[in-house]
Amino acid sequence: MDKTVNQKAWFLVLPVLVLVAFSAVIPLMTVVNYSVQDTFGDNVFFWAGLDWFREMLESERMWSALGRQAVFSFIILMIEVPLGVIVALQMPKKGFWASFALVVMALPLLIPWNVVGTIWQIFGRVDIGLLGYVLHSLGIDYNYTQGFFAAWITVIVMDVWHWTSLVALLAYAGLQSIPDAYYQAAKIDQASRWAVFRYIELPKMQGVLMIAILLRFMDSFMIYTEPFVVTGGGPGNSTTFLSIDLVKMALGQFDLGPAAAFSLMYFLVILLISWVFYTVMTNLDKRDGV
Amino acid sequence: MAQATATRKPARRRINHSTVIMGLYLLFMILPIYWLVNMSLKSNSEILSTFSLWPEDLTFRNYRVILTDASWYMGYVNSLIYVLMNTVISITVALPAAYAFSRYTFMGDKHLFFWLLSNRMAPPAVFALPFFQLYSSIGLFDTHIAVALAHCLFNVPLAVWILEGFMRGVPKEIDETAYIDGYGFWRFFLRIFMPLIASGIGVAAFFAFMFSWVELLLSRTLTTVSAKPIAATMTRTVSASGLDWGVLAAAGVLTIVPGALVIYFVRNYIAKGFALGRV
Repeated sequence: MDKTVNQKAWFLVLPVLVLVAFSAVIPLMTVVNYSVQDTFGDNVFFWAGLDWFREMLESERMWSALGRQAVFSFIILMIEVPLGVIVALQMPKKGFWASFALVVMALPLLIPWNVVGTIWQIFGRVDIGLLGYVLHSLGIDYNYTQGFFAAWITVIVMDVWHWTSLVALLAYAGLQSIPDAYYQAAKIDQASRWAVFRYIELPKMQGVLMIAILLRFMDSFMIYTEPFVVTGGGPGNSTTFLSIDLVKMALGQFDLGPAAAFSLMYFLVILLISWVFYTVMTNLDKRDGV
Repeated sequence: MAQATATRKPARRRINHSTVIMGLYLLFMILPIYWLVNMSLKSNSEILSTFSLWPEDLTFRNYRVILTDASWYMGYVNSLIYVLMNTVISITVALPAAYAFSRYTFMGDKHLFFWLLSNRMAPPAVFALPFFQLYSSIGLFDTHIAVALAHCLFNVPLAVWILEGFMRGVPKEIDETAYIDGYGFWRFFLRIFMPLIASGIGVAAFFAFMFSWVELLLSRTLTTVSAKPIAATMTRTVSASGLDWGVLAAAGVLTIVPGALVIYFVRNYIAKGFALGRV
């Protein structure tokens, strides 16, 4: 759609601008402020330059948290995106069962995140949880508070449970928009199921899938509450992701300088990767002439 | 006739295998929630002593504990208050902005749009401490409005994004006709335009509700007593009173209820809504 040039449109954007400036820019400036200063207490601060950034860049703690975070986000994207697409392809198209499936699938999305953690904490316990009890009676040594793999698998399965539906619902929305004529044409051409998927369904889902990947990437990269409730970042540091580490540093130990430097770099990493996704997404939009 | 049966047969087989996949997936969705409900209906001694798939000694004690104790049920009231405040604020400020983005080109619009979105990407953990200091210094600490404003950080950008998507789908000729007919901007916007994107507003409100309802880190950091959300009440009571599993499970079940109600009402819009109007 052609848009008119109208500088007065700024007035319409103004309320959003003021609100977001208040709730984002001011706090962010505090963070920037802390990141370049040091203190010996008593609210006396002095200039520390880029020391904190240098210290964080050399700290093994941040790199290992970043590494764990990257592995986690990669794994859940690799599981949730294909699984979500598969589920979306199997969803009933209309009728009672379609509504039923939609409601059940959307349910985990609206559960407070610490309750999600609590649900899985209970579900995985060997003594009172269904999953833990069944695994234990099958003779599998499963204990998410002690075992490295058990902790990781629990956190990953929890995230798959929590968020796959988001991908599935997005993909489903994309599928709904495909006109029947496309399928009829494919039938006349005797296209295989795979060809239908590859040349009709996938291209039509491309836009919404990019949104799904963008949202899932951002949110998994900021994950805090759910693993914190289930494993508390343990055993050891094995499920301490970036946000958990950051909160520990800022609110637990009150190391404001390093935490602030950490925050800024953390934000920049997310921003950079999201910018790449966003650019790809808008280009796709343009190409489709939306 | 023969041809008809030949095509119907593979079709039926496909339905069967999608039913199996869907069935397994829905089972996977339901099982953890079922277990929570199951536990919330048992007494603590039954939870810890016997392992059973349904409560043998059905009790509603856990729910009674929550619904008769103000320090518990006020958590739900607090959460609902700030979630509703946040939803109203987010939608109100996002509507005109989304209209501007969908209809006009202006200086710096693309940069502004991405900058807005970038706030959706900001990890709440980064903002926890600065928010605490900001709201303490202006005397809003431990109020509902503080949490509502803090949640605007991610809900306003999202609302703008969703509404912009829906508004793009409304032909511009409608605006022009209305202006020619002598409508002023606000009268046109409220009377004609908003009803046209009613489903978009509903979807944006749904998302604002959802992300404000599920968030814990910021709402916990910004409150102590009078605006404490239910999610935070749960974590505190658990650590203090030596794990009352039954009450914990019941509190969890009760946090699912508002979400489930909201989903039920918007179920027909969910699919389109999740695509943020871009289908």
